[in-house]
Amino acid sequence: MISLHINGQTHQVDVPEDMPLLWVLRDVLGLTGTKFGCGIAQCGACTVHVEGEAVRSCLYPVGALGEKPVTTIEAVGRTPAGAKVQKAWLENEVVQCGYCQSGQIMSAAALLTQTPKPTDADIDAAMSGNICRCGTYVRIRDAIHSAAEA
Amino acid sequence: MRINELEAPSRRFLLKASVLAGGGLLLGLRLPGLARAQGAAADAGGSFMPNAFVQIDTAGKITLIAPHTEVGQGIDTAQAMLVGEELEVGLDQIHVQPAPPDIKKYVDPNLGDQATGGSTSIRSDWTRLRQAGATARVMLVGAAAKQWGVDPATCHVERGVIHHDESGRTLGFGDVASAAAGEPIPTEVKLKEQSEFKLLGTNAKRIDTPSKVDGTAVFGIDAKVPDMKFGTLALVPTKGGRLVRMDEAAARKVPGVRDVIRAGDEAVAVIGDHMWAAKQGLEALAPVWDGGANGAVTLTSLVAAMDKASQKQGVVAKDEGGAASAIDKAATKLSAIYELPFLSHSPMEPLNCTLHIQPDKAEIWVGTQVPVRAQKAVADAAGLAPEAVTVNNLYMGGAFGRRLDVDSVEVAAKIAKQVSYPVKLVWTREEDLRHDYYRPYYYDRVSAGLDGDGKLVGWTHRVTGSSVMARWAPPGMKGGLDPDAVEGAADTPYEVPATFVDYVRHESDGMNTGWWRGVGPTHNVFVTESFMDELAVAAKQDAVAYRRSMLGKNPRALAVLNLAAEKSGWGSPLPPRCGRGVSVQFAFGSYVSCVMEVEVSPKGEILLRKATVAIDCGLTVNPDTVVAQIEGGLILGLSTAMYNEITLTGGAVDQSNFHDYRAMRINEAPKISVHQIRNSEAPGGVGETGTAAAAPALGNAIFAATGQRLRKMPFASGLRGA
Repeated sequence: MISLHINGQTHQVDVPEDMPLLWVLRDVLGLTGTKFGCGIAQCGACTVHVEGEAVRSCLYPVGALGEKPVTTIEAVGRTPAGAKVQKAWLENEVVQCGYCQSGQIMSAAALLTQTPKPTDADIDAAMSGNICRCGTYVRIRDAIHSAAEA
Repeated sequence: MRINELEAPSRRFLLKASVLAGGGLLLGLRLPGLARAQGAAADAGGSFMPNAFVQIDTAGKITLIAPHTEVGQGIDTAQAMLVGEELEVGLDQIHVQPAPPDIKKYVDPNLGDQATGGSTSIRSDWTRLRQAGATARVMLVGAAAKQWGVDPATCHVERGVIHHDESGRTLGFGDVASAAAGEPIPTEVKLKEQSEFKLLGTNAKRIDTPSKVDGTAVFGIDAKVPDMKFGTLALVPTKGGRLVRMDEAAARKVPGVRDVIRAGDEAVAVIGDHMWAAKQGLEALAPVWDGGANGAVTLTSLVAAMDKASQKQGVVAKDEGGAASAIDKAATKLSAIYELPFLSHSPMEPLNCTLHIQPDKAEIWVGTQVPVRAQKAVADAAGLAPEAVTVNNLYMGGAFGRRLDVDSVEVAAKIAKQVSYPVKLVWTREEDLRHDYYRPYYYDRVSAGLDGDGKLVGWTHRVTGSSVMARWAPPGMKGGLDPDAVEGAADTPYEVPATFVDYVRHESDGMNTGWWRGVGPTHNVFVTESFMDELAVAAKQDAVAYRRSMLGKNPRALAVLNLAAEKSGWGSPLPPRCGRGVSVQFAFGSYVSCVMEVEVSPKGEILLRKATVAIDCGLTVNPDTVVAQIEGGLILGLSTAMYNEITLTGGAVDQSNFHDYRAMRINEAPKISVHQIRNSEAPGGVGETGTAAAAPALGNAIFAATGQRLRKMPFASGLRGA
């Protein structure tokens, strides 16, 4: 059994240590807000926070978590940066299909936690790991700037 | 994709039904089994369902049974705005539920199918959903007026409450829902004038957004069914190939693996307690396939066959003014070959389907653009009647046309029928990319003649490529002509004295092709607008001025061109190595012009500085959604024009994931400004227009910056440094 600390709760899961966090979240715990996009850390749809840092859960083995707390899209609204980002996403009407947006929001929330007033270059650096096939990039950039002003 | 002129069976049904109903499309779509004298329905719970689209229960809950499905284009909101406008309710009061498979009730009259695609949704729903809302309102008001003993004309509705103005009495929709079902269905309802709109034409916030920013939205891949298992599959890499061997014992040794299920030579799936077990199991299974008849196919061999096919005349799409002799006599003659690659859709949500197939019934959970086809695919595979298959249509994490095909549902059903439990089958990204129904490769020959003043006197265009229409909607073919394959070629916005356009249908060995965002126009606008640019250069004229000279009789096209030119600063000086390129199109019922501004580094790297788009799509449901669709459609078009092609070796697709089939990222995206011309013209389609506009404007901008004419995509690999 592995003990996981996710969104403020502790879960005991009977899974292999090398199982990526993504599949534990989605298929074992039913936290389906975190998405599968590529499986090789190319698209960022599976982004979650481990100790506040944005990581790609599709390649993150659960056995490597130890006591580190995990935050997913379902709970990121409880953090100040996450709440601001979600609000800005709504106000800027960022979303199209929405599938990548969990990951986009997690990356943006981590960025704002570390860099409260990001420049365009900061946004490029933090967000270029998250693909959006609907092409919402113009609004993602605007929303991050407006969240930073909030 | 445009099938509306056709006499597809469902289209005939609709027209016939409309006539029988005395002119009301709405009545033509009324539910079977309703009391004919009165028409409306009250179910056991007393809900009011005056037509196939609107349901109001006794608690006042308003449900829109939506004929079109949400793929990210904002259609849930748009449909709710159309109904809500006439029903006099707020968007927050409408619950949107995707329509079940039922082609008679939910056919898209422009597609002849219950389908979401071809940028037809608003064009199909503009009138019928407003009529649905207005009819329901009239009947609800009628019931309230009867209860009060007053003239309905003395009542009005606000946010789902019926007011009797003189007495101040009110009744909620729920209060009169049951009684309203007894009201006669009005044969004619007066729809609002544009000046009376409260919702339509506003930047209403999308209703699906909140659940998509907090992780609660349920996409197909998120379906949760009690006791379900999780599976993933390997599909035959080469069409027509065979499964030679696999190590089933090794797969079953992987902890959590439950089953190994084979679907003929088509696919093999490993099912387990979670996707990780299934993936590990599939790796251990290590299926080996042979290539079959297509085992030697390469992209080079396919293109060579296409080149050969393109040398013979095809089916004539347009022949006006004697183009060949006009070009023959012209002072300047130009000809070129343009090529567009096979493309994958690669929506962010990989293909998936959750199914529970039992001996006498089945239920599936999937995001699909074609629920009737999905239902039939499962019914056929499982040997059930379509009515025995329940389809739960969930949000789609993008589609771009991919979910207009149901191959993934079909193969899932062949697997799921072999197990007793519900199973979620998820394709890996690799399987998704390697088993697409690809955008066809097109091989186009164009030629033109200019007179001594550079004026265009004759134009020919031969399209060679696969016909998606012939496979997907055979009634859409017109005597061997695929109208989609020549859309945007046979009908350019320009006045040209002599035009000849023909189409050679050529199916490539081993390749499945399908609808891809922008369909015919994304291919043809690239060819025609790039070649038009070549003509302007040959005529030594400015690219915008040259186009203007041929748009005198097309004021809406001229207006978008002028607006895009003005807003982009066309003609103003640019730094070295920079250039602007323009495109103009009439497609999907809308006029669009795009100006791209790029910089090309000495090494040949393309930097997208800015995109400026002008659009006239006529009457608009939600202007902000129009802007969003242009922004997103443009980025998809730019992304593929820059980076994407599907290639084959040994009959199998070479690309596998986003590292070798790149998607544009935020740091590569241009600034985009969208300018809309608002008017009262008939609504046009929007979702695909930006994609069609992107590549020609980009290619022309690269030419302006470098002098290199790129007639083949992807551009990033075709550009020489210097």
